[in-house]
Amino acid sequence: PTLLLTYVPKENNFPRSFFKLAGSLVNITSLLAVQPKSKKTLTKSGVKNIVVVEGVRIPFLQSGTSYADLMPHDLARAALQGLLNRTSVPREVVDYIVYGTVIQEVKTSNVAREAALGAGFSDKTPAHTVTMACISSNQAMTTGVGMIAAGQCDVVVAGGVELMSDVPIRHSRKMRKTMLTLNRAKTLGQKLSLLSKIRPDYFAPELPAVAEFSTSETMGHSADRLAAAFAVSRLEQDEYALRSHTLAKKAQDGGLLLDVVPFKVPGKDTVTKDNGIRPSSMEQMGKLKPAFVKPYGTVTAANSSFLTDGASAVLLMSEEKALAMGYKPKAYLRDFVYVSQDPKDQLLLGPTYATPKVLEKAGLTMADIDVFEFHEAFAGQILANLKAMDSDWFAQNYMGRKSKVGAPPLEKFNTWGGSLSLGHPFAATGCRLVMTTAHSLKKEGGQYGLVAACAAGGLPKCVLGP
Amino acid sequence: LKLCQAVVGLLGRFLVDLVLFFFSRSQILKGWRAAALIGLENPFRPTVNTLSKQLSSEFTDIMNEIWANEAVKSAVLISSKPGSFIAGADLDMIEACKTSQEVAQLSQEGQKMLEKIEQSPKPVVAAISGSCLGGGLELAIACHYRIATKEKKTVLATPEVLLGLLPGAGGTQRLPKMVGLPAAFDIMLTGRNIRADRAKKMGLVDQLVDPLGPGVKSPEARTIEYLEEVAIDFARGLANRTVSAKRSKGLMQKLTDYAMAVPFVRQQVYKTVENKVRKQTKGLYPAPLKIIETVKAGLDQGHDAGYLAESQNFGQLAVTKESKALLGLYRGQVYCKKNKFGTPQQEVKTLAVLGAGLMGAGIAQVSVDKGLKTILKDTAQQGLDRGQQQVFKGLNSKVKKKSLTSFERDSILSNLTGQLDYKGFEKADMVIEAVFEDINIKHKVLKEVEAVIPAHCVFASNTSALPISQIAAVSKRPEKVIGMHYFSPVDRMQLLEIITTDKTSQDTAASAVAVGLKQGKIVIVVKDGPGFYTTRCLGPMLAEVVRVLQEGTDPKKIDAISTAFGFPVGAATLIDEVGVDVATHVAEDLGKAFGERFGGGSIELFKLMVEKGFLGRKAGKGFYIYQEGVKNRSVNSGMDEILARFKLPAKPEVCTDEDIQMRLVTRFVNEAAMCLQEGILSSPVEGDIGAVFGLGFPPCLGGPFRYVDSYGAKQLVDKLRKYEAVYGSQFTPCQLLLDYANNPSKKFHQ
Repeated sequence: PTLLLTYVPKENNFPRSFFKLAGSLVNITSLLAVQPKSKKTLTKSGVKNIVVVEGVRIPFLQSGTSYADLMPHDLARAALQGLLNRTSVPREVVDYIVYGTVIQEVKTSNVAREAALGAGFSDKTPAHTVTMACISSNQAMTTGVGMIAAGQCDVVVAGGVELMSDVPIRHSRKMRKTMLTLNRAKTLGQKLSLLSKIRPDYFAPELPAVAEFSTSETMGHSADRLAAAFAVSRLEQDEYALRSHTLAKKAQDGGLLLDVVPFKVPGKDTVTKDNGIRPSSMEQMGKLKPAFVKPYGTVTAANSSFLTDGASAVLLMSEEKALAMGYKPKAYLRDFVYVSQDPKDQLLLGPTYATPKVLEKAGLTMADIDVFEFHEAFAGQILANLKAMDSDWFAQNYMGRKSKVGAPPLEKFNTWGGSLSLGHPFAATGCRLVMTTAHSLKKEGGQYGLVAACAAGGLPKCVLGP
Repeated sequence: LKLCQAVVGLLGRFLVDLVLFFFSRSQILKGWRAAALIGLENPFRPTVNTLSKQLSSEFTDIMNEIWANEAVKSAVLISSKPGSFIAGADLDMIEACKTSQEVAQLSQEGQKMLEKIEQSPKPVVAAISGSCLGGGLELAIACHYRIATKEKKTVLATPEVLLGLLPGAGGTQRLPKMVGLPAAFDIMLTGRNIRADRAKKMGLVDQLVDPLGPGVKSPEARTIEYLEEVAIDFARGLANRTVSAKRSKGLMQKLTDYAMAVPFVRQQVYKTVENKVRKQTKGLYPAPLKIIETVKAGLDQGHDAGYLAESQNFGQLAVTKESKALLGLYRGQVYCKKNKFGTPQQEVKTLAVLGAGLMGAGIAQVSVDKGLKTILKDTAQQGLDRGQQQVFKGLNSKVKKKSLTSFERDSILSNLTGQLDYKGFEKADMVIEAVFEDINIKHKVLKEVEAVIPAHCVFASNTSALPISQIAAVSKRPEKVIGMHYFSPVDRMQLLEIITTDKTSQDTAASAVAVGLKQGKIVIVVKDGPGFYTTRCLGPMLAEVVRVLQEGTDPKKIDAISTAFGFPVGAATLIDEVGVDVATHVAEDLGKAFGERFGGGSIELFKLMVEKGFLGRKAGKGFYIYQEGVKNRSVNSGMDEILARFKLPAKPEVCTDEDIQMRLVTRFVNEAAMCLQEGILSSPVEGDIGAVFGLGFPPCLGGPFRYVDSYGAKQLVDKLRKYEAVYGSQFTPCQLLLDYANNPSKKFHQ
C-alpha cells in the first residue's frame, strides 16, 4: 500500500482521509501531507481530518541479538511506553489500540491487548490485532483512521511488532493429533495403545516458512525472479543496497532518526540504535553467493533485508481533538489505497500499482511529492518497481493505463536509508515509513509525502501526509 | 514399464505435440565474445530425402565456423520458437524410406552429426524451453551441458517406443551413461514425459531456470531471453573452466553405477527387464526388445558395436508393420484433435452436467480442470456427494503425484457447483446429461432442461446405445441435440464419440467437438444409429465371447487368449468392467435393431447373471470376484452352475486358440466395415482411432481397418467364410470387405 501524508496546515479545511480495500491481496500506498505553502487543499467536506501526533519505535535489531530472549509483547510494550513518555498523552484519553503482527506468538494471539496492559494503558481501552504480512502496521494505522473517520473514536494508538528471534515451531500434524486424542483417552490401556502408534516421523517438527501459501515460493526466490523479469543486474542490486546502508549510516550519525526511543532490555544494556546498518564495499558484496536461485541468481544476503526484531507505535487523532489537547500534529494522513495482484509473478510489485492510484485519488502528480518512502524488501524488488513505474509497456499491458506514471527521482527517494539497512521487523515497518516521511518532510520543508510497501500475498499501499 | 498401457495411454498425450521436424534450420544468431548462439529457427518441412543431408551439412558448416573462429569459445543451442526446443524427427522422412537400409543410413547420419557435437573442443550448451522429444533429446544429451526452463511445457522424452521405434541418433548409447541403466530403460521403454524438475533430479539436465513473470516484455519473451543469458553465462564458465560439466552424483547413483559395472549384475538387469517387457507386450511389440538389445550391444561390446546395432535396429523397426500401425494411430490422433466443423459461434464457458454418477462426475472433472465453469446436478444429495467426492479424489490424486499443488486443486474446484435444482441453468452454454440409460428418463430431463436453458444452449446426451434421434424426438429444437459418448473412467479414457443426427446443426457439432477437444479428448464424429460405432462393434464380439464361454472355455482362458492377441483387457474382464446389466441392455437393444447378425451366445446367460446379482466389478461379483485390496482375483465359482446350464457342444474345427481369437476379431472387424459401408463412420481413420482408444483394439494392429490392410482383406474374408460355414450368417462378410477382397490393390490406408 501507499500512504499519502500532508503536512499540517494552519487553516482547517483540508481533505479527508479515505480508504478502500481492493481485494484481499493488497499493497498500500499512503499519502502524508505537512504544513501549508499549500498549493492544493486535500480536504474533503464532511470527513474529519486525521493527524499523526507522534510516532516512535524501539531500535530495530538483527534477530538473535539483544532482544533474543524477549517475547513479542515485550517489544510492543517498550514501543507503547516510549510513545506515552514522548507524548505524555493521558492513558484514559486513548479510545482504542490496534497492533499488527505477522508471525504470531500463540500465547499472545491478541498481542495488542497483552502489550497495552503491560505498558500501563487503561484496562478499559479495547485492543485488537491485525495481520497483513509486511504491511500489518499500515493496516493497523488505516484501521485507526477508519475508526476516527467513522466517528467511533478520537484517539487511536496503532503500531506493529515482530520478533524473528523466536518463532513458533510445531509438532507434526500426526503428533498433534495423537496428543489431542491422548487427552481424551480414559484408561491406561487406551493411552498405551495410542502411544504405541507413535513413529519416528511423528517427531519431525513443522517450521513456519517464509513462503507464499498459494505458490509455495519463498519471498527471496520470488524477488530473484522479479529482478530477472525486469533484467535488474546483480551489480545494480548491490549498488542500491550499498546506497541504502550509506544513507542510513548518515541519517543515524546525523541524528535524523527521530522516531527511535531507547529500550532498556531486562538483564542487558539499554539499546539506543539500530544495529543492522553496515555499509560495506562493492567488492565484499560481490563475493557473496546467491541465496535463493542457486548458483546463478542475483539476490544475496547483502542485497536483501535481514531478519529483524522490533516494534513501533503511532498516536493518531482527529485534528480537532489534537488541537484541543494542545498538540502540534506532525502530519495529516490524507489518503491511502490498497491494491492486489497475481501472487506468483507480481508478488512484490504493489507500489507500482498503488502509487498512480493514490495520486489520482488525491488529485496530485508525482511532481507534487517531496518525499518518497518505499519499503525495501529486496534491492531487486525496489529496482524492479522503479523500472515498472518507468515502463509504458508495463503500464499499458498490466495496469490498464495509457502511459507510465514515472519513477520517483532518487534524490527524494528513501534518503535516510530503508528496510535493507535499518531492518525489517515485518509488522513494525509501516509506522517507521510514515514517521520517517513526516520527519523528512519537516526537515526538507516539503508538503506531500508518499509511502509505499509491498506485502506477501501481493499487497502494497500508500500514504499522503505532512 | 507398463508398456501396453503406455502405448494406449500415453500415445495420445504427448505425441500430439510432436511437431514433425528433425533438425530445424539453424543459423548463428549472435556472435558473442565468449559464446556463439545457435538459434534453432522455426521448423520448416523440406522435401524428404534431402532433409538429413541438407541439414546435417548446414549444421556441420556452423560447427566448423564455430571451431574455426578464435573469438568463439563456446556455443549455446537455443530454439527461437516458443514452446518447442526440438519435438522430434520428421516422420515423413522415415516413412518415405523404402528399405530398412535407407532408414539405417538416416540414423547413421544423425549419429555422426551428434558425435561431432559431443566431441567438440568448444563446449556446447543446450538451452531447453518447451518440448524436447526424440531426436531433440538426443541432440540435447550430445551437448556438454543442459539448462531447461522449469515450466509445464518443458518436457523431455524419448517417445520413439510408442511409434514402434527406438532412439536412433545415439540415444540408446548415451542415456545409460548419463542417467544409469535402470533409469535409461525406464525412459526409453515407457517413452513417458519427464518434467524439467524431475529431469534435473535424474541428471538429465544440469540446471533449471524458473519461468519469469511480466517485466518490460511479455513473460514468455523475457523467459527465453533469460534462459539465453543464463546459458551464455554457463557456456562462458565452461570455456574458461570456472564451471564443471561433471555432475556430482548422489550416493544411490554411485552405488547403482558401481553395480552396473559388474557384468553379472548387468545381465540380471537385462533379464529382469526383458521378462517384464515380454510379459507386458506378449511379444507383440518388437521395439522394446530391440531397445534392450541395442543398449546391451553398446555396454557389452563397445562403442562401435553399440552404434551399429542402434542404426541397424532402427532401420529394421521402421519397416515393421507394428511401427506402421502405431505411426498410423499417431497420425489419426492428430487428425482427431482438429475441429473439422470450425469454430462454434458461441464458445462454451458454462457447462451443466446432469447426473453425478461415475460418468457425470468424470465429465465434470475433465471440464473443471480445463477452466470450464461446471454445474453438477443430481436428484439426490447422496448421489451428488458421491459425485463431488469423485471429482475431488481425481484432482487430489494429481496433488499426491505432485502434478498439481493443493492450491491449484482448490482453485480448480471453485469452478464446480454441486446442486439438486436447475438454478443457474439459464447461463449454461451446454448441458450434458449422463442420467440412467432409459429413454423415458432421458425424455423427462430433456423436457425439464429445455424449459430452463437459453436458446443457444446445446443439449448433449451421454449414452452408449440409445439412438440420439429417438432422444431428440421430444425436443423443441432438435438441431441443438447431439450425442456425446464418453468412456469410463472418463478422466483416463481418451476417446469421445460424438453422434450427430440428420437434424443436428453444424454449429452444434462444432460446439460439441470444441468442448471435447478442450477436455483433452480425441474426438471421432459418427452418424446416429443403434450403438453408433463403438458399441455396435463391441456387440457382435461380446456375443461371440458368450458363445465361446458356453462352449466350455473358462473366463480365465478367454482373457488369456484375448490379451495374447493384443487387447489390453481380457474379453471376460471387459464384460465385468462394463457391467453385465448394461451389457444385457445393450445386447437386447442391438439384437432388436440388427437381428440375427448380433446373435451367437445366449442372452439368457447374461439375464441369469443379473438375476443372481453377478453384475460385474461394481457389484463385486461377475465372472470374477472383486475384493478391495486384493489384486489376484479369483473366478466366481457361482458361475459354474450358470455356465453348465447354458453349455453348448464345442465345434473342434473352429476351437483352437487361434480360431477363437479370429472369431472374436473377425466379427468386430466385419461390423466396423459395415459401419463404414453404411456411412455411420465417415473415414477408416476415425474407425481405427475409435476402436483402439475407446475399445482397446490392439494398438499394435493399428485398428480394424489397418488390420484388414495388413492381414489382407481376402484372407480375412476366407476366415469369415470358414466360420460362416459352421455358425451361419453372423459371420457373413459385408459387401465392403468383399469388394476389398476382390481387389488386392484396394487399401483403407494408402
